Amino acid sequence: MAVTHATPGAEHPVAVVRLEGIEKSFFGVPVLRGVDLSLRAGEVHALVGENGAGKSTLLKVLAGVHRPDAGRIVVRDEEVSFAAPRDAQAAGIAIIHQEFTLLEHRTVAENVFLGREPVRRGQVDRRAMETETRRLLDWLGEDGIEPGTEVARLSVARKQVVEIVKALSADATVLAMDEPTAALADNEVELLYGLVRRLRDRGIAILYVSHRMREVFDLSERITVLKDGAFVTCAPTADLDTDQVVRHMVGRPLEALYPERTGVPGAVRIALRGAGNERVRNLTFDVRTGEIVGVAGLQGSGRSAIARAIWGVEPFTTGTVELDGVPTRLTGPRTAVRKGIGYVTEDRKGEGLALRQSVRDNTLLVRRAACRGAEARHKADLARLLGSVAVVARSPHQEVRYLSGGNQQKVVLGKWLAVRPRVLIVDEPTRGVDVGAKQALYRLLRELADDGMAILMISSELPELIGMSDRILVMREGALAGELPAGADEETVMALATGHGAAA
Amino acid sequence: MRARPRLTGGTGPVLVVLLVLLVALAFAGPAYAEPSGYLALLKRAAPLVVLAVGQYFVIVSGGFDLSVGSLVTAEVVVAARLVDGDDANTWWVIALLLGCGILVGLVNGLITTKLLVPSFIVTLGMLLVLDGAVFLWSGGAPRGALSPSFRVLGRGSAEVPVLGQLPWSVIVLLVVVVAAVWFMRGGTGRLLLALGDNENVVRLAGGGVDRLRLLAFVLSALLASVAAILLAGFAGVSAQVGDGLEFRAITAVVLGGVLLGGGRGSVVAAAAGALSLEALFSLLNLLGVSGALESAVQGVIIIAAVAYAAHGAGLRRMLRRPVLDTV
Repeated sequence: MAVTHATPGAEHPVAVVRLEGIEKSFFGVPVLRGVDLSLRAGEVHALVGENGAGKSTLLKVLAGVHRPDAGRIVVRDEEVSFAAPRDAQAAGIAIIHQEFTLLEHRTVAENVFLGREPVRRGQVDRRAMETETRRLLDWLGEDGIEPGTEVARLSVARKQVVEIVKALSADATVLAMDEPTAALADNEVELLYGLVRRLRDRGIAILYVSHRMREVFDLSERITVLKDGAFVTCAPTADLDTDQVVRHMVGRPLEALYPERTGVPGAVRIALRGAGNERVRNLTFDVRTGEIVGVAGLQGSGRSAIARAIWGVEPFTTGTVELDGVPTRLTGPRTAVRKGIGYVTEDRKGEGLALRQSVRDNTLLVRRAACRGAEARHKADLARLLGSVAVVARSPHQEVRYLSGGNQQKVVLGKWLAVRPRVLIVDEPTRGVDVGAKQALYRLLRELADDGMAILMISSELPELIGMSDRILVMREGALAGELPAGADEETVMALATGHGAAA
Repeated sequence: MRARPRLTGGTGPVLVVLLVLLVALAFAGPAYAEPSGYLALLKRAAPLVVLAVGQYFVIVSGGFDLSVGSLVTAEVVVAARLVDGDDANTWWVIALLLGCGILVGLVNGLITTKLLVPSFIVTLGMLLVLDGAVFLWSGGAPRGALSPSFRVLGRGSAEVPVLGQLPWSVIVLLVVVVAAVWFMRGGTGRLLLALGDNENVVRLAGGGVDRLRLLAFVLSALLASVAAILLAGFAGVSAQVGDGLEFRAITAVVLGGVLLGGGRGSVVAAAAGALSLEALFSLLNLLGVSGALESAVQGVIIIAAVAYAAHGAGLRRMLRRPVLDTV
């Protein structure tokens, strides 16, 4: 199975794939209204837009999952029509989804050749598979992965590489990557950057779908912006800046993304004194009422472990925790809820929401689970709750899985506000949330703090952490590396987090 | 916001199926020209509906209860022997049966939650244990007899104002269904659904996950005991009375559009599924189809219903998605 790819550095920017005037509606509701997109060999093309702007539908059209109602798909100057994903694959188009399609208990090579195993004398030719897989890995400069390794043993970033190799082995020349960094740890993002650039240099056309402006600007040559299913603009990245792109996406100028720090810190609400467990050690810090305290740190630094320890999933084994000055043992979620602590998990779909249940049932979940109280009163409070977090849903009976990421996150917040916690821990509060909803969430968090809540905000997005926090705690290798005041710059935070070069 | 009657997702199709079957019955059999024909159907269906409601609690929270059929058999055999035809024994034996039901449910639930054995295996084991115990105790031929007062619940009728004569089993059925609906609308019922959908979410919200699961098994076994009491009165004592009832109950629940694995489906739909199944068997009977085909029909239904649920989800998504993603 020979793989032929365009030679590096195609001088002439010829579009490998062109989508022209794509329209698609579902049951009379237009989702795409005349979208154009052209992908060139050896180019990273970013596709941005708020949730619901039509990015995923456009990806599905490109992948042959949906057939457009109108418009043309042109692959290498030839008009094509994809009846099924298989046709798109045959045309060299591969989609790398956020959720991987790998079999965990098979080897890298077996996954790469899944369903296309080379056969020799009636047997699967394992050696040929591994040789070819190694060749592709080398070609990508990924020599850390062995073709014979079981996929389950690879890190997320490496699984992503396998997914890409799988596409390349099927002769893909166009790769569409849907939020490729969503599942990656911070240090892995850099590795992905390198990989994307090498793919580009080897003549692959890359469509890069992401919410994260920073990545878009770091990686792409051109940016296409969608809004409400319509094409807004396509321009070279060099001619744009973040503000312009955000403005195009949102369709209105975004006033300051982060609300002003208006709160006045009050009494100490929660205090850790030398608290630790297997993952974190010797934590001593306070969070006061009216205050948002940020927690920064690399993946694995114990950032999220603080939350999980306070929450009692993996409780502290040493030290003490004081709530309003009273030493408290936090032994599990139930205790934590009763003590007035709320926890917005970073894994919204796995731990935050029961996706098939309604907006209403999710919002009332904590109240029902941990508190006694008349069902009628819960229901009476519902409208006020949903209003306070500004959830946009068709009705309270709508299943939450049909909501956008931003609205889902608002439901999670609403669920906690329902029990009026005095301490709120939020872990990656804006992951997978579009810009407009981010701003709304930031406002909401600030308002809650102003109303006297003590908020501990954990995030891997430094701009957000810096923009929101009144103080920033920096974690390194399971311990507190230091504390920075509001408005610290990214370099200082990173220097503390990595322990390299105390530049500040 | 005022509460208004609302069909939970997935209840619609089974109600249509039920309606079609009921109309078909009217054409197929002269007995269904009168309301009394349908009342007899309801009476026949009562044990299965009660079992299906119990099974619903377990399935919707993410488990299975395969032990209910043997539990019914065991309780009927035990009842016959203990009552021994004496009216004086009726009430304490009924209380004992309900107590045994709760006990079996507790055992099922505790093994599932504390020893982390999948409920499918636990209740399969319980099925075999109860089967063996019944055989050992009765030697294959149950002894004793039920008292007339014991059999009233299964066969007799009560004088109800306005409606006239209403079979006791139908009254029990209505009480069970209404109570189940009320329960599922309350906080604990909603949590049970959420538990079947995503256990982590309930645990992290401070919910007592084990306690909820235990409750589902206890309710299932308790309702199986109620079904046993009805069946004993209705069908009489035999060592085969509960054979295959667990699968019939699961078929009924699935026919009601309740998702295997939990998290979706309404209790009304599960009850309607049971009623549809009973109506279908009556219809086949009227059309002269051999009773031997019942299990084959049941097999086809369970596969078709699960397949429909799998495809139906995709269909519903397509119907709904476009409108909402726009923020």
